[in-house]
Amino acid sequence: MVWFLIFIPFAFGICALLARRSSAQKYLLFTGALSHLILTIIVWRKPVAPSLWGWLDVDPAGLLFLTITSLLFFLVSIYQLGYFEDSESDADEDVDIIILSGIQMKSLFIGCQLFFLSAMTLVTLSQHLTLMWVAIEATTLTSAPLIFFHSNPRSLEATWKYIIICSVGIALALLGNFFLSIASIQADGKYLHLVFNNLIASADRINPQWLKAAFILIVVGYGTKMGLAPMHTWLPDAHSESPSPISALLSGALLNCAFLGVFRLYQICHRAGLESFSNDIMLVLGITSLAVAAIFILGQSDYKRLLAYSSVEHMGLLALGLGFGGAGIFGSMLHALNHSVTKAALFLISGILLINYRSKKVSDVKGIFTRSQLLGLLWLLGFLSISGSPPFGLFMSEIMIIKSGFDRGQFILASLSLGLLVIVFIGMATVCLNMVQSQGGENSKSATQIKLKPTMIYPPALLLIISLSLGVYIPNWMKELLSNIAK
Amino acid sequence: MKIQLLLILVLFTNLKLLGSSRIGSSIRTVAIQGGLLGLLPFISEIDSLNWRVMVLTCGTIFLKGFVFTWLLFKAINTANVSREIQPFAGYVSSILYGIFALIVSFWLGRTLSIGRLADSSLIVSVSFFGIFSGLFLIVSRRRAISQVLGFLVLENGVFTFGAGVIKMTSLLVEVGILLDIFVALLVMGITVFRISQECEHIDTDKLSTLKD
Repeated sequence: MVWFLIFIPFAFGICALLARRSSAQKYLLFTGALSHLILTIIVWRKPVAPSLWGWLDVDPAGLLFLTITSLLFFLVSIYQLGYFEDSESDADEDVDIIILSGIQMKSLFIGCQLFFLSAMTLVTLSQHLTLMWVAIEATTLTSAPLIFFHSNPRSLEATWKYIIICSVGIALALLGNFFLSIASIQADGKYLHLVFNNLIASADRINPQWLKAAFILIVVGYGTKMGLAPMHTWLPDAHSESPSPISALLSGALLNCAFLGVFRLYQICHRAGLESFSNDIMLVLGITSLAVAAIFILGQSDYKRLLAYSSVEHMGLLALGLGFGGAGIFGSMLHALNHSVTKAALFLISGILLINYRSKKVSDVKGIFTRSQLLGLLWLLGFLSISGSPPFGLFMSEIMIIKSGFDRGQFILASLSLGLLVIVFIGMATVCLNMVQSQGGENSKSATQIKLKPTMIYPPALLLIISLSLGVYIPNWMKELLSNIAK
Repeated sequence: MKIQLLLILVLFTNLKLLGSSRIGSSIRTVAIQGGLLGLLPFISEIDSLNWRVMVLTCGTIFLKGFVFTWLLFKAINTANVSREIQPFAGYVSSILYGIFALIVSFWLGRTLSIGRLADSSLIVSVSFFGIFSGLFLIVSRRRAISQVLGFLVLENGVFTFGAGVIKMTSLLVEVGILLDIFVALLVMGITVFRISQECEHIDTDKLSTLKD
């Protein structure tokens, strides 16, 4: 079962690389995504046996992120059915890339996208920490070609920064994994297997000094991938320059995968009695990310960069939740779910805006409401949701995280983060509300109406509905899963 | 004894890279370094050779010694750029940095005691020196291709640690790591090539349109 989850998208990816017809590529992406989603639902219904000596298994944390990834990927694949007709025409040209000559740019794009799904699935299912490292590195490599799809100097610059910064970060995480091996040398000279459950069970026998070093290296490494400040510098570039459906996947699904890597090590540290050490590190990174995001969101003139910085902010909140501990862990998990759903919706909507206004500048996008009421409404709801207004899901989880800070006696940090959230709200409000309103001087009748394609508008609308309903009511099965993770 | 000789040679390749001014010779030096490191698991486990070690040795030498070199040369030939490295930091200051990093690495090697693996101090030092050199090469060189080389040197440093100190865990994971590095290099090579096509240069300091 686990193997199917990993290899089915992979097989579809290979087919997509070979496919020459544009319609075939689109439907391969859709079918691959649909079968992945069906398999994920089956995993929910029926427990799965571990494979490969327990290295691959479905545990609660993995299942949560697998579900988010699978759902987002499916909705994005529907969105892309409509997206390609509008995007650049140069997509059909053949590219010559050193050894693979004559591959269509678009088949490379779809193929890599499916490989990317396969790699993210492997991250969520890996119980062996070094295998997880292999998978996280694979997500970087499979997503890099997705970012330079437009092949202009800007997207190439973004790709270059993404590959170099993330690869260096991840190389440090590999060193962290080796340190973890050393930490797990037992008195009789044997190594513990780096399987997560195994390490949790014998956490008291792990050498704390080496574990500390391993934790720092792994948090720096995966934290780079997750976009925690000050290692976030690649994120605004990559997320704003890639095609919008890819931005949605990068922000909604990939950041979570890196977060899962950090979370696993965090749990091991907690079991090994390094609670305050790991909490402090998460708090510092969390509050720095919030502060950096707040500074750059104020006065931001590019709406995709705005969304990217908001991802830095929310990753900071996830780190804060872990840092506060206790109920904060539950809050973080819920927050990860809510953030993915909302941010993906916003990036998908920004894709529609980009196609119609042909500009990422906030000043060029005016009067969405007059050109399409539905689009304006969705953008507005998306803004309310991402800035944590009630009754959306993010409001609930933000309150949970901040409250756990107050409960734990971290008054200064909790109130500081509350203040930063207000600044972020103000920054986002000025931008988003200006985009929705029409300018006084403009004649609203002359503005051409935007024609919305159903395939492109339903996915973000559905995501926003999910975000809204998560704020009102969390189903019991989801609550159970989240509390199992936080246990 | 043999293992110490090998490690000293690796150390020299790193110093050579810090002082080298031609891209072609840097690529060859990295290839030699990769080949030497491929021998590391073979020599350190020569008493208990098994097929795992053999696969790892052959795979590493093949990839790091030959495939990577071929890919990198292919990338710079098709990109058609000048072969000068053009560092931000001059060669003399690079070497001075190298000497300083070497002292720090030896100090680290002495300080970090790894339980039962007490004889590993030289391995730890060489590994850290590789990591420091790699990081320096990435930040101090202008050409995108030199940054790729810096990444490889950094990776080799981490690999030294894994192969020498831990005698890693299982073939599957090791092959996975090697495969990742291979694909990383492939993707980086392709990106360098595309940058040279679109921008007619591969100078990373000119890649500065995206900022706030």
